[in-house]
Amino acid sequence: MTPGKTSEPLWWGLFSAGGVVAAFLVPIHIVLFGFAVPFGWIADSGALYHHWPVKIYLFVLIALPLYHWAHRFYFTLNDMRLGLPRKPLAILCYGSAIVGTVATAWVLSVL
Amino acid sequence: MSEIRPDKSKLYHPKMTSTWWLKRPNYVLFMLREWSSLFIALFLVVFLIQLHQLTYGPDAYRAFAHRLSSPGWVIFHIVALLFSLYHSVTWFYSSAIVMPLRIGERLVPRQLVVGLNLLVLAVVSIVILALFIKLHG
Amino acid sequence: MSKATITLNVARYRPGQEPAPKIQAYTIPYHNDWVVLDALNYIKDQIDGTLSYRWSCRMGVCGSCGMMVNGVPKLTCAAFLRDYHPQEIQVEPLAHFPVIRDLVVDINDFMDKLKSVKPWIIRKVEKPVSQGEYRQTPQELEAYKQFTQCINCMLCYAACPVYGLEPEFLGPAAIALGYRYNMDSRDQGQELRKPVLGDHAGVWQCTFVGECSEVCPKDVDPAAAIQRSKVEAAKDWFKSVLLPWGSR
Repeated sequence: MTPGKTSEPLWWGLFSAGGVVAAFLVPIHIVLFGFAVPFGWIADSGALYHHWPVKIYLFVLIALPLYHWAHRFYFTLNDMRLGLPRKPLAILCYGSAIVGTVATAWVLSVL
Repeated sequence: MSEIRPDKSKLYHPKMTSTWWLKRPNYVLFMLREWSSLFIALFLVVFLIQLHQLTYGPDAYRAFAHRLSSPGWVIFHIVALLFSLYHSVTWFYSSAIVMPLRIGERLVPRQLVVGLNLLVLAVVSIVILALFIKLHG
Repeated sequence: MSKATITLNVARYRPGQEPAPKIQAYTIPYHNDWVVLDALNYIKDQIDGTLSYRWSCRMGVCGSCGMMVNGVPKLTCAAFLRDYHPQEIQVEPLAHFPVIRDLVVDINDFMDKLKSVKPWIIRKVEKPVSQGEYRQTPQELEAYKQFTQCINCMLCYAACPVYGLEPEFLGPAAIALGYRYNMDSRDQGQELRKPVLGDHAGVWQCTFVGECSEVCPKDVDPAAAIQRSKVEAAKDWFKSVLLPWGSR
């Protein structure tokens, strides 16, 4: 079998990993950073995010679900028959996830 | 062996409309599940921007966090949380189908697998919450 | 005293004579132990002999009588009138397939796709009869038994929106049957099925809507077969990319 004949397994693998991360970790983080911190229920000076173990955790938390979104959204937009051209759409979706990954790595590394 | 195939020009070829997913409740639920991924991604982007503010100092970080307490952002986060939980539940159902859990010979019923996963979700969430409070204390 | 009746709104289509199917209403006597197939047979025998439809065993094992009943893919031999009465019942040809005439659809696409997954035991070397039978433990049988129950009724194709949107999609039953043979301990043909199952129009086009398994009358759960096939295909892909020198 020639690998890379279709790269689908790669995107599907990333989609699955992102789905698992999103399923177990995202809800509590929305509670923390969408409500607890903005409303001051928990004081957050931001000092925690300077530590490398935390940065790695945050990288996984943010980057992987982007691939979950990219793969799912690409298929969904095609399924909705909106007449959007396939190749540009794929580049937009997967490309955004890659850009998001780089941005996440950069933001966290300079923190 | 001769094979008889119908004359394609005489067949009626049904077309799917772009509103096909509105026709059955299960299709609507499917669409909601797919779109949940967008809200999760949007939240994570906002979260990343929130973290980025830290490079401008703790005051900038606090100011941005305070902006998120406005009604518009609260609604966004409520919607994102609902979609996120919907993703979790549907993901657990999917994983029960993809990888059925077996104890010895017996197959664990799907509802139970979903329940166990929800339990793990609850435990993981509580652990993260506890760590967050402890490390900020 | 008037007996109970029920109205069936049946799609009619004469090839080459009209642009699209039209609905024709038939009001027939209602029997609470009848199925939709009985109603269709009554219509054909007593009211309108020109109505065309497929059926055979009338007991849910041949897979011939699949049609859309009130927009849901069903075996008409398993759809009881009493579950709809006194409402009217809409009977249409199986969705996502070209219509040949009335309720008869062209199933060749499915047949071609089924053949493409090589749904038979493939051996590298055939075992001669003198060497005896292939032995299989109950556990080995369990691994694929559920997927042997497919009666090729194509209700799953009618339920699958991906098949409706992307006609080249291999589809639930074909993939489930490919998986059935891949999981059979007697089979050695996984490599031969890979190009078809691992193609973009193979397992990867499925977005796990799951409706195929909802409508399957034999509880085959094709959705499960497809997702498990994805896992297997992904494992193979990652292995071949990360360990190209490894032999399988």
